[in-house]
Amino acid sequence: MAIIRDMIPAFDLFQPASVEDALALLAEHGEDAWVLAGGLDTFDWLKDRIKRPKAVVDLSGVEELTGIRDTGAGIEIGAMTPLSRVVGDPRVRADFALLREAAEHVATPQIRNQGTLGGNLSQDTRCWYYRSGWPCYRAGGNTCYASAPKAMNREHCILGRSRCVAVSPSDTAPALIALGARMVVRRAGSESIHEAQDFFIGPATDIQRMTVLRAGDLLTAVRIPEDWAGARHYYEKVRDRGSWDFALVSVAAAFRMDGDTIGDARIAVNGVAPFPVRLDSVERMVVGHAPDEALATEAGELAVAGARPLRHNDYKVPLMRNLVRRAIRSVA
Amino acid sequence: MAEKLIGKDIAAPDLLAKITGRARYAEDFRVDGMVFCKMLLSPMPHARVRRIDASRALAMEGVIGILTADDVPQVEPHREPVLTNEPVFEGQPVLAVAAVDETTAADAIEKIRVDFEPLPFVLDPLDSLRPGGPDAHTHGNVRVDGEWRRLKWSAADFAEAGDERLPMGEATAEWSLGDVDRGFAEADVIVEETIVHQSLTHHPLEPRTSMAYWQNGKLYAFTSTQSTQRTRGALASALDMDPEDIVFVAEYCGGGFGSKISGSTLMQLPAIFSRKIGRPVMLRITRYDENYIGRARPGFQGWVRMGLRKDGRVTALDLYLVEEGGAYGSGDYGTAGNTAHLMYQPENMRFRAVSPYTNTPPKAAQRGPGGAQIVTMLEPIFDKAARELGMDRVEIRRLNAPGPESTFGPRETPLTSVFAREALERGAELFGWEEKKRLSGTRSGSKLTGVGIGLSPYTAGSRGYDGLMVIRPDGKLYVHQGIGNLGTHSIADTARPAAEVLGLNWDQVEIVWGDSSQGLPRSSVQAGSQTIHAHTRANHAAATDARRKIQEIAARTLGGTPESYTMDGGRVFRRGNPGQGMSFAQVARRAIALGGRYDGHEVPEGIHAETVPSVGRVAGQGLVGVARDDYGGEGAIYSWVAGFALVEVDAETGVVEVKEYTGVADCGTVVHPRSLGAQILGGSIQGMGMAMTQRWVFDPEWGVPFAKRLYTARPPGMLDVPLDLRWDALGIPDPQTPVGAKGIGEPPVGAGAAAITSAVADALGGRCLCRTPLTPDIILAELEGRRTFGRLETHVG
Repeated sequence: MAIIRDMIPAFDLFQPASVEDALALLAEHGEDAWVLAGGLDTFDWLKDRIKRPKAVVDLSGVEELTGIRDTGAGIEIGAMTPLSRVVGDPRVRADFALLREAAEHVATPQIRNQGTLGGNLSQDTRCWYYRSGWPCYRAGGNTCYASAPKAMNREHCILGRSRCVAVSPSDTAPALIALGARMVVRRAGSESIHEAQDFFIGPATDIQRMTVLRAGDLLTAVRIPEDWAGARHYYEKVRDRGSWDFALVSVAAAFRMDGDTIGDARIAVNGVAPFPVRLDSVERMVVGHAPDEALATEAGELAVAGARPLRHNDYKVPLMRNLVRRAIRSVA
Repeated sequence: MAEKLIGKDIAAPDLLAKITGRARYAEDFRVDGMVFCKMLLSPMPHARVRRIDASRALAMEGVIGILTADDVPQVEPHREPVLTNEPVFEGQPVLAVAAVDETTAADAIEKIRVDFEPLPFVLDPLDSLRPGGPDAHTHGNVRVDGEWRRLKWSAADFAEAGDERLPMGEATAEWSLGDVDRGFAEADVIVEETIVHQSLTHHPLEPRTSMAYWQNGKLYAFTSTQSTQRTRGALASALDMDPEDIVFVAEYCGGGFGSKISGSTLMQLPAIFSRKIGRPVMLRITRYDENYIGRARPGFQGWVRMGLRKDGRVTALDLYLVEEGGAYGSGDYGTAGNTAHLMYQPENMRFRAVSPYTNTPPKAAQRGPGGAQIVTMLEPIFDKAARELGMDRVEIRRLNAPGPESTFGPRETPLTSVFAREALERGAELFGWEEKKRLSGTRSGSKLTGVGIGLSPYTAGSRGYDGLMVIRPDGKLYVHQGIGNLGTHSIADTARPAAEVLGLNWDQVEIVWGDSSQGLPRSSVQAGSQTIHAHTRANHAAATDARRKIQEIAARTLGGTPESYTMDGGRVFRRGNPGQGMSFAQVARRAIALGGRYDGHEVPEGIHAETVPSVGRVAGQGLVGVARDDYGGEGAIYSWVAGFALVEVDAETGVVEVKEYTGVADCGTVVHPRSLGAQILGGSIQGMGMAMTQRWVFDPEWGVPFAKRLYTARPPGMLDVPLDLRWDALGIPDPQTPVGAKGIGEPPVGAGAAAITSAVADALGGRCLCRTPLTPDIILAELEGRRTFGRLETHVG
């Protein structure tokens, strides 16, 4: 069968106006359904005819999925809220500037206008073997091309590999983990709430999914509790270009200071594993200590303990180490 | 020259159409009965088609026909065919299907089964040169004197070099000037490096779409191309037909960077397909297609040894380049060798090169081909020598740069003019070199500051083309331009001297371009940064012819000698007596009445055969000015850009941030300042992308590329460009051309790129990574002593 790219094939398009209707459509079409948010991940898959859903459920008409509201115990951001709106929201800017920074590092202004928070969290990996349509584990095949002896894998993982070595591409994911966010997932007749770090799953759990979302599920909102409102934070994304690029490695951290020492900390990195990684052990290590250079160095070393680079991504080890160091240093 | 127009900012006449979306690019054309075609691309880097089963596709409703390699002109194996049964790169078009709409054509392609027999392939030219290494073509891996050869180096050649130095076996191109060994013996300092320069795709914004149909034996072709008349000629030659039987339309082009100089091989496809099925055929090229067929700059694996005396002069330069030739060969290495000689004027030089074919998409000129790469590769190494000698880097460049008496290359070619030293001086002043160089290597937190220089020459002109223009009875001058509309404003800016010669205001001038049925003169290709030089000359010549005819008509009508008449603002009148004269509208009517040479019914001697029928097309429209550029001249025409950059390298992340950039050009008379600034800075930024981010990646096991999309190929974006960007031009006219202007499209690329490679090496204390692009992983791995790629590896990252 010859290959055609850049030409979206025909599918049934559904444009529900309510979450209930969307859930009903997802329930009805099951594995044949594809959820369309901003389209920035979707259209590449469809144009390249690698994913060929029969039914596309376009959420752009579901108004209740867009917007940012105060819940009294924090904020709730609708999954269809454009990233640019997240960036510009006064409450986000005032209390959760870590998320603002992360969202502002996504791609370009045009993509942030079109792309949604839910889409940024649910997007698929950018492993170029997988995205080129190669029949790898993640695509249902029985090998990983990216970890083959001669493979080009500078952008792949150093942690958390399990047959698949792809990385999570989301910029907002580590920020939401650091802020202790919770993801609201609904399906017809039920709702579940997931801690941000549990929303993302690795290939050891399910090699064909990046998140807990299964057919019929819809990520409807992200709730950010007050816990880390106004906390000191650090965000940094290292990429090849200054814009329109995924992270080679990114770090997001929130800190509560207790005088000169770190009272509490939550730190997450992305671009290093098939899921955003929360650095619990580093958090435990730094709490109660002054964020001096020695602590920063120790934290960086601990962060990369157990890293297993592939042939071409050894640089990610010092890069991740240094970004964690910088996060600790930032509160010195 | 009065110079009412030269040196002024005047918007090009197509501006409004472009910004309002009315400009029609190749894919905007629609005609009755038009069908769309899609291509089947090879899924393998080298294969043989054993069998094609298109029965299911052809049975589909809406499918009109199929075009295979059997339907297209057969070419020798080293030339690129339109379609092939032996693809030599992944993505090479094998067949095409036409259907009533594009989705049907695409669905039909998916139903076709092709049985491919995989053949051995090679991506890295050094692999092809290894004993027993694969050949990209079944006929061999290099071509020497027009013949295929299987060139293999010995195991000893490779063993001697080890992993860190370029192996250097038999070269297929070689020249020397002086005695390089003697030059090294005289040197006080010798620097030596192995260098890897990446291959990168052109990725113009507009892919190379084409549409074509036949009517009454004539071909109507609508193509995305840099040139117009010359592309028509190339299409005619490929289809073995008379160019006059082609109505060629190319009014707008969304960029080419050298990849669409005379169109592209695939522009033949809609014409051939249309002839076969009797319907107009549109071939829209997608970004994915463009990645494969849109051409690339060849990469180099190189080795250089440079010797300098204590006084800073280069006594010897020994350069070896292994070029990645791609599927159909490349010749960038030749220009690279000549440019190296031009830049440093070594007292002795040896140049050797080999360019094996590889199973990667075809290479073509990319903005400063050969020159941009070698400047980028050599400048940081030259800096290393300056550092060892304790010399200032501006001073050592000034000292070695060519002057008016200099020659370059194996044929010792002279130059029409060269003000490279002056460009360096002006650049150093504008950039604040004396002050900024004190920041060299300083560290603030994790940031290392570096300053760099790239001095980059490139060709900038040519001679001998024709100008053609008409003053119509509406009193306006219509300048017919056979060059293309690449986005450089050449179609308008090269017409300015005509208006100057004829004393016209700019609103009295119309540009006729982009449609061969209008009658367009023999022109240069829109490439090699030639047009501002070549066509200010040609238009100056034709306007001078028109001026003489206007004076003659005035004298015939009003008495006196032709010389007693002058002209201004659309009137010709007696010198000293403006009241005695006639308008250009009257002149045009009189010219038509007189006929003969005045209105183009008689064609002057000496113009190109291709211009003759075009004069015929305008004959009778008014007063015709037509002439060949016979101004002559001696030597090669080169422009220069001296680029200066200040960068910060983050030692903890490997990220390079360009903080400041200044580019100063020696490109002769400034015709259009704003447009010139856009070329100097735009070209420099393209160079920065080459130095920092843009590249191609291939999987060596399967031979297929990955960086196929703009976001993975990574041309530079807005945030990769420094906020502090400055440019200037010397404005010293080239003495050998009446307008004094030289081209500027290409020289800035090497300047922008080399300023970065030079500045990054400077930030790292003079340590040249000698590899591009300088992505964070490469820099960080080097700083951490954990190199992630082999020293000579290509297509990585």
